[in-house]
Amino acid sequence: MAEKEKNSNGVKGMTVIVKTISSWVKVLIFLFGIYIILFGHLTPGGGFAGGVIVAGSYVLLMLAFGREFVEENLSLPVASRLDCLGAFLFALIAILGLALGGSFFVNFLYQKYLPGEALNLISAGTIPLSNIAIGLKVAASLFLVIFTLSICCKDFKPGTPVNGKE
Amino acid sequence: MAIFYTLLLFMIIAAIIAVETKNLLSAVICVGAIGFGGSLMFLFLRAPDIAITQIVVEVLGLIILIRATISRDLTFITGDREFFGTVVSVVIIFVIFLAGVKILETKPVEEIQEIRKSQPQFVTLPDFGTAIFDVAPEAASQTYISQGLEKTGAANLVASVILDFRAYDTLGEATVLFTAIIGATVILRRKSRKLLEDAD
Amino acid sequence: MLYALCFLLFMIGLYCAVVKKNMVKIVIGIMVMEYAVNLFLIMLGYRAGGEAPIIDKGHLESANEFAKFVSSSVDPLPQALVLTAIVISLGSLALMISICIRTYEKYGTFDITEIRRLKG
Repeated sequence: MAEKEKNSNGVKGMTVIVKTISSWVKVLIFLFGIYIILFGHLTPGGGFAGGVIVAGSYVLLMLAFGREFVEENLSLPVASRLDCLGAFLFALIAILGLALGGSFFVNFLYQKYLPGEALNLISAGTIPLSNIAIGLKVAASLFLVIFTLSICCKDFKPGTPVNGKE
Repeated sequence: MAIFYTLLLFMIIAAIIAVETKNLLSAVICVGAIGFGGSLMFLFLRAPDIAITQIVVEVLGLIILIRATISRDLTFITGDREFFGTVVSVVIIFVIFLAGVKILETKPVEEIQEIRKSQPQFVTLPDFGTAIFDVAPEAASQTYISQGLEKTGAANLVASVILDFRAYDTLGEATVLFTAIIGATVILRRKSRKLLEDAD
Repeated sequence: MLYALCFLLFMIGLYCAVVKKNMVKIVIGIMVMEYAVNLFLIMLGYRAGGEAPIIDKGHLESANEFAKFVSSSVDPLPQALVLTAIVISLGSLALMISICIRTYEKYGTFDITEIRRLKG
């Protein structure tokens, strides 16, 4: 990821075909990830798988266009703050359960305020909200780590042979 | 049942190739094959949540692994391996494997219910294809399946287990993931700050 | 027999993590061990001829359908535990690879016996 050959117009990234297709496909992947997060209480999926898929769409963008292009959209401090926001939202839902319900982490929306019907989108109380918080946190974390992996260590020395044991 | 044996044999062969090959890129690709076989196996074991999560995590894990190996120009490592340490390790691992196979023997369900009349704890696993809560009706899973919809309102029982019945485990998982990512970012960031200082 | 094959996969990963001297091979061994453990946990909760633990409209039509679902669904508890374990394994893989990259930058090799000799 750190070394990409420059194209004929001197822009980093991959060829024209890859760039065109990935700029169409990344929107679909992002939308699919948000669908998996939101409908996590009705269909298989949930916050963890959906968060990884949303991070995957940004990774596709980073691989096809180069790192600087993504840095203008979503830079490192913004991603770090989104990560902390997701973790804080999850803890906030837990503490609200303590304040409004009886005990820590109780599903206060389902049992007191907003039952909803089964198999609708608005049902199951705080479970969709927890899914959104966890999805945000996982997506921001994985984007952060892959972004930092692509910044680091640009000046290694290739070609040094290693004669060690296996 | 034949599909389970086929997929497990595929995973074992890919694992042996990943361990023994000298080319690091082939090893990474074989790890991808193991993960893919595992995801198919989860799908046939009726766990669609886990299959989705396994395959997307596999793809991102492959990207991270390839970042570490392919940009280094060395993909062949030669040299001799020391003989005595390898033989002792292999012998010990073989002994543990035999002990494990003896422990993991399975018995039919009726024999286990006979044994449980005299002593209430588990001593053997039931056959593959009977869940644990068939043999031990006091386990919690029976409550989760039969009362999960009315107590939490979620149609996906796995989501109701991780976010309502056992939400503490999810809080612990979020903390562990947070700490691991912060650790990885801190270890890697010192180099780029040094690059910025050198560039100035 | 299936449990024994899963344990064999775990032992292959353990052999790789203990015997090999290349750092990336050690990381690969740990990943194989994690795959084997997740697979074993989900195989424990399988019911022959079972269904996935997801309720849909067809199960809610009558009490008879729901009773049939309750008696034939697989165990959701191991699936909940394995779900978080898979995502944690990705985080720990990122941490291990970042340590490998930093060690390569400092010492120039992935070999752990060479690193012990070259200090500083």
